[in-house]
Amino acid sequence: MRHHLILRVVSKLLIPFILLYALYVQFHGDFGPGGGFQAGVIFAAAFVLYALIFGVQAARRAFPDSWLAILIPLGVLIFAGTGIASLLLGGTFLDYDVLASTPTGGQHLGILVVEFGVGVTVTAVMIAIFFAYAGRTHEIQDDDW
Amino acid sequence: MEMIIDLASWAFILAGVFFIFTGTLGMLRLPDFYTRLHAAGITDTLGTELLLIAMMLQAGWSIVTVKLLMISLFIFFTSPTATHALANAANAVGLRPFGVPEADLRPKTTEKA
Repeated sequence: MRHHLILRVVSKLLIPFILLYALYVQFHGDFGPGGGFQAGVIFAAAFVLYALIFGVQAARRAFPDSWLAILIPLGVLIFAGTGIASLLLGGTFLDYDVLASTPTGGQHLGILVVEFGVGVTVTAVMIAIFFAYAGRTHEIQDDDW
Repeated sequence: MEMIIDLASWAFILAGVFFIFTGTLGMLRLPDFYTRLHAAGITDTLGTELLLIAMMLQAGWSIVTVKLLMISLFIFFTSPTATHALANAANAVGLRPFGVPEADLRPKTTEKA
């Protein structure tokens, strides 16, 4: 692994900023380009990069499989829960207008929460797909090249 | 003042275009993987950076400049790393450079992990 030194240093430097950028895309999505799906993919890409450089086992320790089983349904639950909440508040399913005191405020809040749900599920699904594929072969050692 | 900024942007754009053109030409014309990589490395790093500097000059002092600065920092770190990773992988599987006599090359490295 010694000749991966540069890759390791640079990816260590970059991974926090990739995660930060994913959060920016997530929560700035209602004002600029972005949104839950893109943010989730970028967030997952940070973990994929980590797995590529440091190995799938280390990535599995950083993001345990049990989290995946919780996060994938959690995002869907947040999305559907927003719809149910708007139903209970007297609107139609996913009618954001009734979520806050003003319709505009409700739209803001609704989109933010729904996109957060999308982001959570997309992150977890992307990581789950990567783990499922990467886990199919044994770890590639330098000698195998 | 505006004239000077415009002229400077044009100079940076032309320099960037020159390096991207050279890089592309090198990609198409050079004989083997390492020399092509050497040409392609210029395209991403120097060419793109110069174009970004030209854009920063045009954007002035604004949030756009800060974003462009961050993009250029990102490219400044990632592009050479990607080139390094490619060259390193080629070296690790034993690809020899084109046109160098075998006697001048170091024996194939067999370092263990």
